Amino acid sequence: MTTLTAAVRPTRSHLLVHSGLLTLRSVRALIRQPWYAAITLIQPVIWLLLFGQLFRSVVHIPGFVSSQDASGSYLEFISPGVIMMTVLFSAAWAGTIYIEDMNRGVMDRLLASPVSRGAMMIGTLAYQVITTLIQTLIVFGIAYAAGARYPGSTTGILLTLVAASLLCVIFAAMSNAVALLARTQEALIGISQFLSLPLAFLSSAVMAIALAPDWLQTVARYNPVDWAVVVSRQALSADPDWGAVLPRLGALALLAVVMAWLATRAFRTYQRST
Amino acid sequence: MSPHNPAVLPDRTAANSYSGEIALEVRDLVKTYPGPRGGATVRALDQLSIRVAAGTIFGLLGPNGAGKSTTVKILTTLSRPDSGDARVAGIDVVRYPGQVRREIGLVSQKASSDPMATGRENLLLAARIQGLSRRAAAARADELIDRFDLTDAANRLVRTYSGGMARRLDVAIGLVHRPQVLFLDEPTTGLDPEARAEMWAEIERLADERTTVLLTTHYLEEADRLADRLAIVDHGRVVVEGTAEDLKRELRGDAIIVELGTAAQMAAATARLGRVAGLREISSDGASLRARADDGASAVPAVLASLDDTGVTVASVTVSRPSLDDVYLRHAGRTYHATEENSR
Repeated sequence: MTTLTAAVRPTRSHLLVHSGLLTLRSVRALIRQPWYAAITLIQPVIWLLLFGQLFRSVVHIPGFVSSQDASGSYLEFISPGVIMMTVLFSAAWAGTIYIEDMNRGVMDRLLASPVSRGAMMIGTLAYQVITTLIQTLIVFGIAYAAGARYPGSTTGILLTLVAASLLCVIFAAMSNAVALLARTQEALIGISQFLSLPLAFLSSAVMAIALAPDWLQTVARYNPVDWAVVVSRQALSADPDWGAVLPRLGALALLAVVMAWLATRAFRTYQRST
Repeated sequence: MSPHNPAVLPDRTAANSYSGEIALEVRDLVKTYPGPRGGATVRALDQLSIRVAAGTIFGLLGPNGAGKSTTVKILTTLSRPDSGDARVAGIDVVRYPGQVRREIGLVSQKASSDPMATGRENLLLAARIQGLSRRAAAARADELIDRFDLTDAANRLVRTYSGGMARRLDVAIGLVHRPQVLFLDEPTTGLDPEARAEMWAEIERLADERTTVLLTTHYLEEADRLADRLAIVDHGRVVVEGTAEDLKRELRGDAIIVELGTAAQMAAATARLGRVAGLREISSDGASLRARADDGASAVPAVLASLDDTGVTVASVTVSRPSLDDVYLRHAGRTYHATEENSR
């Protein structure tokens, strides 16, 4: 029995295997109810097509520097913003999986099994990132069909995917933490209404930040949503300002790691209070 | 009887099974929760102690809020005790939770399967998480699907399962890695009688296979039928512990339950019955009066005659062999039924 115990001691490979198994579990559930993810695409389509049309002339406002390219359309300008807003609103609901698992006995069963808390966190975050990558590519597809063209092409799209994934991890981890601490679906509504929505508009997502008031520009500088939008918009442009892209990408990565770590710590609080 | 010294009855019927290895050992567990909105702290466990022999079914019986689920949470590493010792399969649950998790299976009160996965997928995931290889997991899943009669439903989503099927799957998931100790937290709550009977048959099979089972229940009948030994838990303490037979034998004699026409006459009735020879342990609850006699049937005429003398109207008289309900009344100081009603 001693040898058996030693043989199944958790290692780094267990963390990966367990994370993979839990990611697959969620992906399978997604495939079985794809409309669930499809609903989250309605909003970006409205933003892209209706907003893109309604505000198409804002690019002519003096000082509106669109995509560092004077000929760029508002549709091209707004695409990175719409992508990051989609990520934001979708990731805010990440904690739903935990809430459902808590309402059933699944959470308790997993916590009483050899699965580590880290694997439980990585499993849900990886699943959210997969969703984000699919959504981002679909939004790109819709924007392309509507006539948007990006000089930054492949590199731009890849960096947009990276930035979107990191932003997703930041907000999905926050949503998971809130789920573990508050244990109600209602608390997640709070994140999307009181955090996601203001953060989306305290950024350059839909408007050139240079035209915004000073205070808003200051706030945007510390807003991870704006970091992701700037990374994507710059990388998609003809002549990216790498000095603006790289520090923001680094900050996003750092914040993603910190948030995932904090969210994993929230398991302790969850268990202490049961 | 002091509440801190639960009655442990001498074990006559199951002496052999108790002499073996101890699978669960719990000593003086205390667990408090902060009270709601700064109120007084709630003492969920108050020096609870139990010992469970390997390969036996141990029943924790008590009303909602007695501390059964808190005990299960601590033993399955989901919660930490404030003080006290708890060992599962010889491993300290507070110091080595990771090792304990490999030796236990948990079937919690709530359904513990994923509704958006099939029964087989649930079993495979649980098996892989417990470290079984892909092939071993598949073989074990097939075995359990067959054993728990889920063959037809194995490839259907769990959300389409009936309550009984979902519960059988929960138990199968709990057994997937052949744990040393299986925790069944109220496994039949909410099941219809037929599904409950099926579940009981499954639990009895576990005993045949020498899996140690800690069963919590608030059904007296369930503990009576399934548990080799049981402990009655009340206010976070074990009030009495032993085999169901021992507990009932200890009561000696039959219960006589007299329902009075009106509760107003209770005082007079109680006083009068106190003078009837052979009656003991007279207690009252609303309009029902309970007493105990060595031979219930022969005591009834005297009871009725004396109540008639006093002018007390009798609605009905019942004589019953001792049940766990009587055990509960004796040790917890109130009927089990009344406790259940109050805890709702």
